[in-house]
Order: sequence, then C-alpha cells, then structure tokens
Amino acid sequence: MYQYDTYDQSAVDARVEEFRDQVARRLSGALSEDQFKPLRLMNGLYLQLHAYMLRVAVPYGTLSGQQMHMLAHIARKYDRGYGHFTTRQNIQYNWIKLDEAPDILAELATVEMHAIQTSGNCIRNISSDQYAGAAADEVADPRPWAELLRQWSSFHPEFSYLPRKFKICVIASAEDRAAMRLHDIGIELVKRDGVLGGRIFAGGGMGRTPMIAPEIKDFVAADDLLSYLEAALRVYNRHGRRDNIYKARIKILIHEIGAKEYKRQVEEEFAHVKTLGIDPPLAEFDRIAAFFAPPAWEQGLSDDLDLSDPDFRLWVDQNVIAHQTPGYAIANISLKPIGGIPGDASADQIDLMADLATRYSFDELRVTHAQNIVLPHVKKADLYTIWQALDEAGLATANLDLISDIIACPGLDYCSLANARSIPLAQKIGQRFADPERQRDLGELKLKISGCINACGHHHAGHIGILGVDRKGTENYQLLFGGSGAEDVSLAKIIGPGFSEDGVVDAIEKATDVYKALRTDGERFVDTYRRVGMDPFKEAIYG
Amino acid sequence: MKILTGNDLASGDVVWWTGESWSRHVEDSVDVNEHGEAIARAEEGARRVNVPYVIEAQATPEGPRPAHIKDRIRALGPTIRPDLTLKPADPDAGNWVI
Ligand code: SF4
Repeated sequence: MYQYDTYDQSAVDARVEEFRDQVARRLSGALSEDQFKPLRLMNGLYLQLHAYMLRVAVPYGTLSGQQMHMLAHIARKYDRGYGHFTTRQNIQYNWIKLDEAPDILAELATVEMHAIQTSGNCIRNISSDQYAGAAADEVADPRPWAELLRQWSSFHPEFSYLPRKFKICVIASAEDRAAMRLHDIGIELVKRDGVLGGRIFAGGGMGRTPMIAPEIKDFVAADDLLSYLEAALRVYNRHGRRDNIYKARIKILIHEIGAKEYKRQVEEEFAHVKTLGIDPPLAEFDRIAAFFAPPAWEQGLSDDLDLSDPDFRLWVDQNVIAHQTPGYAIANISLKPIGGIPGDASADQIDLMADLATRYSFDELRVTHAQNIVLPHVKKADLYTIWQALDEAGLATANLDLISDIIACPGLDYCSLANARSIPLAQKIGQRFADPERQRDLGELKLKISGCINACGHHHAGHIGILGVDRKGTENYQLLFGGSGAEDVSLAKIIGPGFSEDGVVDAIEKATDVYKALRTDGERFVDTYRRVGMDPFKEAIYG
Repeated sequence: MKILTGNDLASGDVVWWTGESWSRHVEDSVDVNEHGEAIARAEEGARRVNVPYVIEAQATPEGPRPAHIKDRIRALGPTIRPDLTLKPADPDAGNWVI
C-alpha cells in the first residue's frame, strides 16, 4: 500500500489545523453558515437530516488493517458505533458533532486518511477495481495509476473549482467491476504491443441525466496519461456549463458538442500540455509503484479446500473469487445480511474485518462500490477459519451479486435530498428472497436503489433499479429494468407507473417469475430481459 | 400550523422552536404563525440554531406533527434504527412517521 511521504503528511496535517480554525470561527460567529458551508464541504462535512455527516475518503477503496481499526475507533468514539460504506468506496458517519470534527480529522491523519475532496466541485476520490493486484484477469495493477491520479488531483489549483464534481475511475481488466463507464472519466489500462496505456472514456455518469461514457481515445501511452487527463479536464473546465447546476457535468458538455468535437479540443490542448512537462519522471512512478509490489506469496500452496461444511461451501461458492496466485483466493465480505442495512457495519464488525486482514490478507482490505468489503489475498487454507470468524459476527452472508446483495443509498432515513426511503425497501426485498436456494436459482441479479434522482444508489445501472420519488408527499417507487454498470454497460428503463413500498416488492417477485419462465440455459435476469424485451414483464406486473 | 426547525450549531441535533428556546422534541413546538422567518433570522444571528426553516404541521393531541414525512423522520430519527430514535423504547414510534 502507498505510504505518505513527509509532503503528503504535512499537507494533510496542515489541512486539519486550517479546518480546526475554521470550525472555531464558525462556532464563535466569525463565519456565517453561508461562508462556512463551502469550507466544511471541502473537508467532507455535510449537514444531513439528523446531524452533520462526515464522508471519509478511502483512496481507490484500499485500506490497511490499521486504517480500518481507526474507522472503527471513530465510529465508537465520535459516532454511534457504526459507519456506512458507500458506492464511492468511501465511508460515512451519520452523527458527527461539529465541534468534534477537527479532532476526528486529526485522528484520521495519524493513519494517513482524510476527508479532503469528498465533496465540492473538484476531482473526487479516484475509484478502482476492488480486486486490483489480486484479479487473475488484470493487465497491470491499476492502483499505482490511481495513486498517481490521487496525487495529481489533490489540491490541484486549476481543478479545485470545476463547473461540477468530477469522478475518475481506473481499471485494468476487460471485466468492469467498478462501473468505469459511468464516471466522468473512465480509464481502462490496456497493453498494445507490450506497451501499457489507457483507453479513455469521458462523459459518463448517473444522476438526473444518465449517460454511458463514449470512448474518446483508444490508447494513451502510460507516459502521457497525466498530460492527457490534464487536457481533458482543461477543456471541461473551460466550456462546462457554470450557469446551470443540472447541466454542469462533463457528460452534458460532451453530449452537447459531441464526443468527436470534445476529443478534437482535448487533442489540441494535449499538444500544448505535453510541452509543460507535467508527466512524472519514470523514477517517481516507480517510487509509487513500489508500494504496490505484490506481497511475498507463499509458494507451493495447495488449492484444495475441505467443503464438507455445507454453509461454508455455500459461502465459498458465492463469495470467494479466483486469485491470480495459486493457493490464494479473494474473499468477499457481504455487508448485506438479510434484513440488514446495506453497507452498514458496526465498530466491532469493522475491528474484526481489520483483524482478519492483518492476520490473513497481508494487512489489506478493499471497499467495493457495491458496499461490500474484500479481503484480497487470503490463503485458501485459511478460508474456513476466516469464514467461521465472519459467521460469528454476522458477516458471512453468502449472497455476492445475488438479489439480496442490494446497493441502497441512505435515502430518506438519513439524506436531506431524498424523496423516499431506500433502506426499508432493501430490507423487505432481502426478506422476500431470503431463501438462499431461491436466490441462487435466480443467479446474478444486481438490484440497486436510490432515494432520489441523484442516483447515489446507481439505480440506472441495476439489472433491476428502483428510484424513490415523492408523490404528493408520500413515498413512491419507480421500477427500472435492464441496466448494468459492468462491461455490458447499459442504462435501465422505467417500466411503467410507480408503486408503493409493498407494491414494488410484489412487482419484483412477479418479474423474477417471468424470468424463470422464459430464461434459457445460462441466461441471467438481465440477459432474458434484453432478449425478450419489457412486454412480458409489464404484462405480468401491470396486466 | 407553522413550526420552526433547524439544527443545533455545535452538535447538529435536530431542534424545534418552543416559543422561548429550542427543544429536541417536536411535540414542544409552537405555532409561529407569520413570525417564523423573523424568529429564524434572530436565532440564527445569535448562533442558537443553524439553518432554521419554517414547515407546515398539523396540531394533534400529542403535539404538532410535521406535514411532510422528511420532517417526521427528522423529528423521530432513522426509521430503520429504532434504537437511535428519540423513542427507542416505544415499538410503535415508527408508525407516527408513516
Ligand atoms: S440518491 Fe438521493 S437520497 Fe440517495 S443518498 Fe443520493 S442524494 Fe440522498
């Protein structure tokens, strides 16, 4: 994992002290809320439905055991004993006190963490593949590139006040596990004739105007990557709409001028930027990359597993993924127990996951955009012990990518922008499909719920998506089918009039019945939907 | 009726205007009629509240009930964590929200 140098540390420490002073001035009345709000947002502090909410950055979703313990400590000492892992691979605390926020940031800084650029119209936390450095199918480890982008984008003076927030994702395999093309800029690292570089996609996103990012460059050599991104951001910064918040994202700019024209302007700017010499010298990249060198794998480990315990077998089948190294595996920890709150973990659970990472996973954890946690490098021989510990803590739900592995935003239970609650609906759907065999029979089915059009719950990218709306003061839910955030990326479509909370659960059950009746061998729900279209589903639901 | 709500500046807690000060309990709210904006400005200026705003509510025998579900959830706490609401011991508290 990357470790701060003195420059990183002093920058983060200085920011804590600056914020401490800003909070003191707010509490003394020297700053009004209007003056203070942009300052607190730059430090990840929102005012939500019940209290201040702090969003802590987890760069590209990677954490050490020590950092994870710190997250548990903060939950216990400053919050109400839990945290919420988000679709941006970050963590949020819901019950923060303003006068304690500087102390929290100071504690985070001791483990090289912060909340900088988790809000505001700047480049946000870089997201990446949660299996980076472990996946069997990657062409390179995307994390050194994500880290390079983190350093480039942190406090970038030109890009601190963009027209709107800006999200970048880096992956390194053809399988997209990070919704790469639904980012403002998505980078897929590829190799061409042995040379590493990136395919660049720009102008994707969800929210009120969902768009899939078109490819704007089929190959940028790794040496040119920063210059190219600098150019891409400059063109956006120059022409992005600042007059209308709903039209300010890069996706609108690219939609309005066309990908071809945007690309032309980026190329022109790139030719200029390239003369500025901002790409790091190879030695600097190598310095960063060295932090992500593979751990010291044990050689000669067996791939055999004793699967005689049926519950363990179920968990291995569903939640454990092949690793690039023989004898190792990637273990997914579901934060979606049946009837639970998607993405929430108690301080004790967070501590346990930290301990397991330290003991069994080379001290590493990952946060996924699906609001789960990953132990990326565990020996197969340790899986049973790990599973037993997880099971005891309520963390061994075997439902990865199944219908109960629901992404749900905080919704109206916590979020001041919400129209409807997301979490109770996720709980009801989980309970309706609680039977493990029933879920497994339905196979991969990505269900995603947002409490409003901002789409933090990625409903546009759900095989089944649900959007909460406000219908004359009551909660109502629109149902969407056919989305995907993966390599088969697509945007879900609304199927018809909305439902009450119970109505939407019934409608989903009917849809799964249609799928079961019409599916052919190996077809997932979304495949069947794509093949047969919406009509049979509509007929069953509304007919 | 119209009632006034906001958040405590330091703690962020949801608070309600009682006519003299701020309470954590919505049932202590009073009808501010057309004075809401003026009270809000004065109280915010004195840093006794943060981002106050006026909402519609119905008068009920148990006290004012905000008209919109969002404010009822603010008043009680998250519906999915009864233990973290203002009425953790009341199993029916959530019904008041819906
Ligand atoms: S989608 Fe809407 S309701 Fe959900 S967290 Fe985002 S802003 Fe809040």
